[in-house]
Amino acid sequence: MDNGHAERQQPILSVRNLKTYFFQDEGLVRAVDGANFDLYRGKTLGIVGESGCGKSVTARSVLRIVERSGRIIEGEILLRREDADGQIDLLDLTKLDAESRLMRSIRGKDIGLVFQEPMTSFSAHYTIGNQIAEAVGMHLKLSKEQARQRAIDMLRSVGIPKPERRVDEYPFQLSGGLRQRAMIAMALSCDPSILIADEPTTALDVTTQAQILALLEGLQRERGMAIMLITHNLGVVAEMCDQVVVMYLGRVVEKGPVDQIFHSAKHPYTQALLLSIPSIESEPRVKLPTISGSIPHPYRRPNGCPFHPRCSQAMPGLCDAQVPTLLPVGPDQEASCFLYHQPVEPA
Amino acid sequence: MLAYIIRRFLLAVITVWAITVLTFVIIQLPPGDFVSIYINSLQSSGSQVSFGQAEAMRAQYGLDQPMTIQYARWMGMMLQGDFGMALAWNKPVKEIIGDRLVLTMVVSISAIMLTWMIALPVGIYSAVRQYSFGDYAFTFIGFLGIAIPNFMLALILMYVGYKYFNMSIGGLFSPEFENAPWSLAKAGDLGKHLILPAVILGLAGTAQLIRIMRANLLDELRKPYVVTARAKGLAETRVILKYPVRAALNPFASTVGYYFPYVVSGSIIVSLVLGLPTVGPLLLTALVAQDMFLAGTIVLMLGILTVFGTFVSDLILMWIEPRMRMEG
Repeated sequence: MDNGHAERQQPILSVRNLKTYFFQDEGLVRAVDGANFDLYRGKTLGIVGESGCGKSVTARSVLRIVERSGRIIEGEILLRREDADGQIDLLDLTKLDAESRLMRSIRGKDIGLVFQEPMTSFSAHYTIGNQIAEAVGMHLKLSKEQARQRAIDMLRSVGIPKPERRVDEYPFQLSGGLRQRAMIAMALSCDPSILIADEPTTALDVTTQAQILALLEGLQRERGMAIMLITHNLGVVAEMCDQVVVMYLGRVVEKGPVDQIFHSAKHPYTQALLLSIPSIESEPRVKLPTISGSIPHPYRRPNGCPFHPRCSQAMPGLCDAQVPTLLPVGPDQEASCFLYHQPVEPA
Repeated sequence: MLAYIIRRFLLAVITVWAITVLTFVIIQLPPGDFVSIYINSLQSSGSQVSFGQAEAMRAQYGLDQPMTIQYARWMGMMLQGDFGMALAWNKPVKEIIGDRLVLTMVVSISAIMLTWMIALPVGIYSAVRQYSFGDYAFTFIGFLGIAIPNFMLALILMYVGYKYFNMSIGGLFSPEFENAPWSLAKAGDLGKHLILPAVILGLAGTAQLIRIMRANLLDELRKPYVVTARAKGLAETRVILKYPVRAALNPFASTVGYYFPYVVSGSIIVSLVLGLPTVGPLLLTALVAQDMFLAGTIVLMLGILTVFGTFVSDLILMWIEPRMRMEG
C-alpha cells in the first residue's frame, strides 16, 4: 500500500500563516500573528512559550471556539479527514462557519481537547458519565445505554479504578489527577485523530504530572492519534514531543525536531528559555539566568522583531525596524531571526 | 441527605414557634388594647360604655390575664385550628381570612410565575448578548421597573386599561361573579383580572431577577467547563442551556423563599389601589384596630408561609445543586 504510506506521511493538520486578532474597545490584540506548523499522525508537536504568547488561542482557533471578540482574519487550518464515503479530503477549517453542523461534527469527533483546569473544566452539575456520554451519543450515534457503556470503557482505559461506580459520580468527588484522567477519557471518547492538550499537567502535582504524561504516551501508541501539546514546561516537551514550535507574542520564532531545539537552538529567545531550566549539573545556590524584561503589553507591541527589546543580541537599526520571517537554519529547523538571514527587502 | 432534610425541617418548626412568640409580643406592644380602642370609637360616636362593661369585654376575650397566659391560650386555640374572633367584625377569623388568603396566594404565585417566565429568558438573552442593543433596552426597562413605585404603576395601568382597552379594572372579579359560587366562568374571570396585579406586583422583582440572572450567567459563561462543552461539538444553544444556565439557576430557587412575603407585604398599597380582596389591606385595618386575633393570625400565616417557602427553596436547591445533595 504505497498510496497509504504516502498518505500517512501527509500532515493530518496544517496551520498556515494563522492570524487571530481580538478586537476590543481598548485596542487590537494580535493574539496569534502568523502561526505555521504541521501535525502528523502518531506524533506529538509541542507548542512552547511564555503565558500570553498565543498558544491557547492557537488551539481554540483550530477548534473554532475563540471568544466572541476574537476573529481569525487570515490563514488556513487544513484538516485531512475521511468524509462519509471514506474519501480523504482536505478541509480548511477557517472557511467553515464556527456554528455549522460540519464544524460541530469535527469538534469532539476529529479533534479532542483537554485543558488546564481539571477543577473547573467539568461542570459540577452533571455526573462524569453524563458529560462523557453526551459527546459519544451525539458523534457516534449510540443509544443512551451504549453511550454509557462507552463512557465506562473509556474511564477504564485511562486507568480510573472502579469505572462502573465512577461514571455516576460528580467531578468534585474525584481527585485532581483522576479528574484529568476523566477529562482525557472524554476528549478521546469519540476516537479523534487529533488531541489538543492545553497545559494538561500544569495544575497537577509532579507525581501526577508524570502519570498523566505516561498515560497520554500510552494512549498515543495504542490509538495513533496526533497530539498537539501546549505547555510552558520545557521538561514536558523534552519527554513527550517529536517536533517543537516556539512561540513569542503570537508568532512562531523557531521550530524543529525536539533534539535540535534542545541541542542547537538558534533563536535567542529559544536559547534564553533553555538557559532558564535548572540543570542537574548547574552549581547550587547560583541564580538561574532569566530573560530580561517582560512580555510587552498586548496593546503596545514593539516594532520590528517582537523580541528585540529583550534580546541580548539585538542589532539596532535592523531588529527594531524590520520583521524577520521564518526561514531554514538547519535540517528541518527554521528560525525567524536576522542573525541567520538578511532582511528579504533591504531597508 | 435525609439527615439534612430532617435538620432543615426541625429548624423550620423552631422558627415557626419563634415567630408565634414575636408576633404575639409585637401585637401587644402598642399602648392600650382592642377594648380601649373600641370604647374610644364608641365614645367618639356619642355612646357611653361603663367601666363594668369594658371589664366584662376584657374578661370575655381574656385580655385581663397576664401576657404569658394570654399567649398560652392563644397558642392552644391555634393548635386546635381555632383562630379566635375578629373583634372588629365580630366574626370568626377563619371566615374573614379564608378566601382572602387563597386569593392572596393566587395573586402572589401568579406574580412570581410571571417574574420567572420573563426574568429567565430575558436574563439569559442579556448575558449571552451582553452590550447588544437588546441588552441595553432590557436594562433600561428593568431600571424603570425598579424605580417606579408599585402603586404609581398601578394607577397608570388602571387608567390606561380603562381608557384605551375598556378593561374592567380593580378587584379580582367582575361584579356579577363577586359573590357567586366557584365555577369555571368565575375562574376564567379571575384569570382575566389577575393579569394586571400580577404584572404590577411582579415588575420590580422581575427587573431585579433579570439583573441577578444576567450577572450570574456572565460569571458562569467565562468558566472553563463552557469551553469544554463547546469543544465537544454541542450546539451553542445546548451548551448554554445545559451548562452555565443550570449553574446560574440558584437565585431562582432561593427567591421562592423570600419572594412570597415580599409580594404580600409589598402589595398592601397596591392592593388598596387596585381594590384586591387579599390579606394585605385586611392586615392594615386589623393592625390599626389592634385586633390581635386577626392581625396575629395573618402575621403568623405569612410567617409560616415564608418558612415553608424557604424549606421548599432548600429542597429545590438540593435538587439542582449536586454538591449540596452529596455533602448536606
